[in-house]
Amino acid sequence: MLRTIEQINAKIKSGKIVVATAEEVVGLVNEKGVKRAAKEVDVVTTGTFGPMCSSGAYFNIKQSTPKIKLGGGRVTLNGVVAYAGWAAADILIGANALPDDDPRNAVYPGLFKYGGAHIIEDLLAGKKVRLEAKAYGTDCYPRKEYSAELGLEDFNNAVLFNPRNCYQLYNVAVNLSERTIYTYMGVLKPRLGNANYSTTGALSPLLKDPELRTIGIGTRVFMGGGEAYVAFNGTQHVPNPERDANGLPLSPSATLALIGDLKTMDTRFVRAASVIGYTSTLALGVGVPIPIVDEKVMAQAALADEDITYPIVEYSESYPLGRPGNLGRVSMAQLMSGRIEVDGKKVPTGGMASRAKGRAVALELKRLISEGRFLLTQATAPLPGAALAWEEEA
Amino acid sequence: MGIGVVIVAKKKVIFSFPPSLVEEPITYVLIKNYDLQVNILRATVRPRDRGRMVVELKGKKENLNKAFEYLEGAGIQVDALVQEMRHRPELCVSCTACVPMCPTGALSVNRETRELEFDHNKCIICEACIPSCSYRALESQF
Ligand code: SF4
Ligand code: SF4
Repeated sequence: MLRTIEQINAKIKSGKIVVATAEEVVGLVNEKGVKRAAKEVDVVTTGTFGPMCSSGAYFNIKQSTPKIKLGGGRVTLNGVVAYAGWAAADILIGANALPDDDPRNAVYPGLFKYGGAHIIEDLLAGKKVRLEAKAYGTDCYPRKEYSAELGLEDFNNAVLFNPRNCYQLYNVAVNLSERTIYTYMGVLKPRLGNANYSTTGALSPLLKDPELRTIGIGTRVFMGGGEAYVAFNGTQHVPNPERDANGLPLSPSATLALIGDLKTMDTRFVRAASVIGYTSTLALGVGVPIPIVDEKVMAQAALADEDITYPIVEYSESYPLGRPGNLGRVSMAQLMSGRIEVDGKKVPTGGMASRAKGRAVALELKRLISEGRFLLTQATAPLPGAALAWEEEA
Repeated sequence: MGIGVVIVAKKKVIFSFPPSLVEEPITYVLIKNYDLQVNILRATVRPRDRGRMVVELKGKKENLNKAFEYLEGAGIQVDALVQEMRHRPELCVSCTACVPMCPTGALSVNRETRELEFDHNKCIICEACIPSCSYRALESQF
């Protein structure tokens, strides 16, 4: 082991820490080799920014008199339906939630102009939203109706929670059919009109520690401009995927469940998105710090855009019908060149995740660590299928 | 201005014409009688309905002015196209979803910064990019 988390934190506090972004270490390792790079750099920062549909925020409202029990009642925020199946004062708004009168895809393709994600964004932007509640009334919570304009600071708690985030490796989406389709991978033009990808490649958090040797339950991360934690494995987490020689999975596999205080976040890294024909969703910036505890961690953190490959998946039929197989693989470097080849055809590429914003996240996290404002945590338990570096047999 | 100086002007304009004029060979007249280069950027012309065309006209300034007189005389409304497509950098996240939608390369990615770049001059206002933007960073101002 090169260094422990404790030693890293001591260096952060003394201002002697050396941090590089996951893009920066690619060049560094090329130039100096893994051994020297691992010696020099203590922490590598990663970053991604893209729509993360499995996002939501839960809020605890301040009671007024008489008190109201929201649980089991009906609650809307600016008309968007919130979940009120918890206790008296807790509600949850999912990024995909919509007002009842949104036509959805009945008017095809739906525009999804204002949903749960927009509520979260509005609150972060300092706007007030209208809460309207109907409850059944009890002896201890007699009020049956409540309406108020609330800003973020008016809630006792506001917590951003993602049951699934940071998908490790994702498909490149294409459309072989004769018509335009509207998917969570964006607008896909017919007959291989475009290929859309959703990853920040060499900056993507879970691709830079692909075997999750330093990321586990309890890892502190950067989310939406604030601090958050890995609460658990994300839903749909695949514990033991097939891997290439570098340890990278061949298909979408690991995921994280993240949780953080919404009040610490900001709209630079939290944005509402309306994906046409699909949903309203929340785009989030997430950055995971990778402690360079041994040379293997550095070797994997320095994997380049040329090393990372993704399966090309057809989305008009194969994906919806769950057919196995793909149309080949392409590297991040090829995707970023603007054109890939599929079935002998040159296909222009477009993104869903933002490399530019992912870079901004990684740089912001680097700055926070360098300035002593972000300390690392030692994950307390590994994610399913993984083994933490400090728990491996020496 | 001295004799012999030919002022060539280029203008993007919108023609709006009533149903009765939809069959009028406007572009032919503009080319033949006024010696203009006519580049049709966008057209919606339906029989028995109002027609609309976005065109780029290039030619001698005096010819352009005469052509506008002809058009107005013929009952065609000509409006200058001030700003057509707008890219709003403050809303853009540089996801690049719009890039493959653009037929002219007006939308592209900067290789260094990976940020989206919009080249106004290459835009033909086809609006193909608008639905692909989930952040309302692309709007047309028709
Ligand atoms: S309107 Fe058409 S030409 Fe202009 S930027 Fe959009 S897709 Fe490109
Ligand atoms: S789709 Fe919208 S947000 Fe994405 S790069 Fe284009 S203009 Fe920017």
